[in-house]
Amino acid sequence: MPEVLKAPLVVEFPFTRSLGPVQSAFLTGLRERVVLGVRTSDGRTLVPPVEYDPVTAEEIRDLVEVAPTGTVTTWAWNHAPRRDQPLGTPFAWALVRLDGADTALLHALDAPGPDAVHTGMRVRVRWAEERTGAITDIACFEPYDDKGGRDDHGGDDSLAEPTGRTGEFEDPITGIVASARLDYTYSPGRAQTAYINALADRRNVGERCPSCRKVYVPPRGACPTCGVATSEQVEVGPRGTVTTFCIVNIKAKNLDIEVPYVYAHIALDGADLALHGRIGGIPYDQVRMGLRVEPVWAEGARYPDHYRPTGEPDADYDTYKELV
Amino acid sequence: MTRHLPVRDIAVVAFAQTDHRRTSEELSEVEMLMPVLHEVLAQTGLKTADIGFTCSGSSDYLAGRAFSFTLALDGVGAWPPISESHVEMDGAWALYEAWTKLLTGDADTALVYSYGKSSPGPLRDVLTRQLDPYYVAPLWPDSVALAALQAQALIDAGATDEPALAAVAARSRTDATANSHAQLRGSVPQGEYVVRPLRTGDCPPIGDGAAAVILAAGERARELCARPAWIRGVDHRIEAHGLGVRDLTDSPSTRLAAEKAGAFERPVDTAELHAPFTSQEVVLRKALKLDDSVRVNPSGGALAANPVMAAGLIRIGEAAARIHRGESDRALAHATSGPCLQQNLVAVLEGDPR
Ligand SMILES: [Zn+2]
Repeated sequence: MPEVLKAPLVVEFPFTRSLGPVQSAFLTGLRERVVLGVRTSDGRTLVPPVEYDPVTAEEIRDLVEVAPTGTVTTWAWNHAPRRDQPLGTPFAWALVRLDGADTALLHALDAPGPDAVHTGMRVRVRWAEERTGAITDIACFEPYDDKGGRDDHGGDDSLAEPTGRTGEFEDPITGIVASARLDYTYSPGRAQTAYINALADRRNVGERCPSCRKVYVPPRGACPTCGVATSEQVEVGPRGTVTTFCIVNIKAKNLDIEVPYVYAHIALDGADLALHGRIGGIPYDQVRMGLRVEPVWAEGARYPDHYRPTGEPDADYDTYKELV
Repeated sequence: MTRHLPVRDIAVVAFAQTDHRRTSEELSEVEMLMPVLHEVLAQTGLKTADIGFTCSGSSDYLAGRAFSFTLALDGVGAWPPISESHVEMDGAWALYEAWTKLLTGDADTALVYSYGKSSPGPLRDVLTRQLDPYYVAPLWPDSVALAALQAQALIDAGATDEPALAAVAARSRTDATANSHAQLRGSVPQGEYVVRPLRTGDCPPIGDGAAAVILAAGERARELCARPAWIRGVDHRIEAHGLGVRDLTDSPSTRLAAEKAGAFERPVDTAELHAPFTSQEVVLRKALKLDDSVRVNPSGGALAANPVMAAGLIRIGEAAARIHRGESDRALAHATSGPCLQQNLVAVLEGDPR
């Protein structure tokens, strides 16, 4: 079997998310170096705050400030930080219960090594220099010595005190952009690899179902009617018939094709399924069902650029009506 | 406590799974899935057209493509149109949907399948996208890191220690030597820390795989299977989204699901637990009140093969297959989803008295 094709596939998305009143206050607070929690009706303070009580599902809005100092409730040493994690050097993941809170916040803890971290240790927030109203406005936590007043990093002790601020801010943020990128290696599998490789040789290869004898192009390895593997390769086309079409009037981003143009379903000769492609070489308003077309290959391309009329008489409707 | 018993007897009558491997790049999802679909049909003698309802579980984030499950539908003979549904979750939850569909009487048989190819993407990072998008996902805490927080909480609570976790790993992979589908078998070194306190041996292998089961109701089940695995109850429960709200050393959602599924009414002899990390078995044993008289994960469990989105359905399939073979009379199957056992499903299966 020839080697399957592989290619990098990058999925990147900047989700724009709106915030409710509680999340807005919390994240705006971080921008102003204030940590806010939310009080439940039974008197617990949740940090990070949520809009609904996770036990009773009751709506909660009562914001209260908690201290930027707290206690580690559990931790895990991360000796090999991954892309986009808060610190590029080895650090501990930690759940930290801030002073005044009843629940814990997940973040990174900057410490020299795992021996310097333990459950119950005292830590405080290290603020990011640039703050935008996001959880990353907390750069990380750092060890904090309550008794010495100043810790061994020589941090600014005033930042360990509550500010007395409420949930009211000027210019509150109302949304965040949650960017993400994931890097995949895509492989189309056996059937589609064979199809794409044949295209590079300017051939259209479909696969025949052993049960119903239908020829699928492009082949995906299975007959959707019979639910069995297709394996017998069949060369189809290159000519085909337009079975249906639409006229595209809006230019797509990064696509260098003049509008309007026609996008069509094309039943290649010998295929039992229509594939789609652009129709060129004919004014858009003269494209019709039954039009006979053939692929046009751009120099060096691995797939047809578009299909153009062959000049043959139109196909009779009965010859392609099953494929519309 | 009285529990409402299901209005119809429904059983798992067939189960199949792929060999789970680190990569299956030569196969598309449907190419990987089709052999197990054919196998469960062959076990029962059913044709695709005989199936009353089809339900699948998978995740677009593993494939990196939107609506990826629609392509897999080619493998079930979806044309002409069939009665079909999909959950963006482990196939165990697809089985739950199929079970309720059969309970309504709208269908007598159901095909449930699920699959996951973890090999194309960075699984530890991919799974961060299921976390709270406001407060947690922007920090990219990977799946091992979150499990490690839970493991440390258990160690601090005195519920386990690193040698005990290593023993869970060793027992699982020794048991997996009897499972030809498993990805990690036999003597596997505990290895270095991935995220301390978890070592490579405490973590599941990353791999690709698929599974399928067939459910049938009443007499239909007896026609299709010599010893059906009757589903006496299924329930699933969820814990608070925020990790810092939960007691990570316990799993009240598992306990509640088990209670609602009837697991505590009589002892079980077998438990297939979906515990991808060694430390999670400690939590689940406690929540499910399993003592040493119960055979836990004779298949090797998720530590031997953890195809994401299929591993939970495989737990139900393995438990059912033991009943089919007469190796169990009453078995518990558990599936989980989300970080640190956030969501949990429990099914109780029984064979006819012998
Ligand atoms: Zn067919």
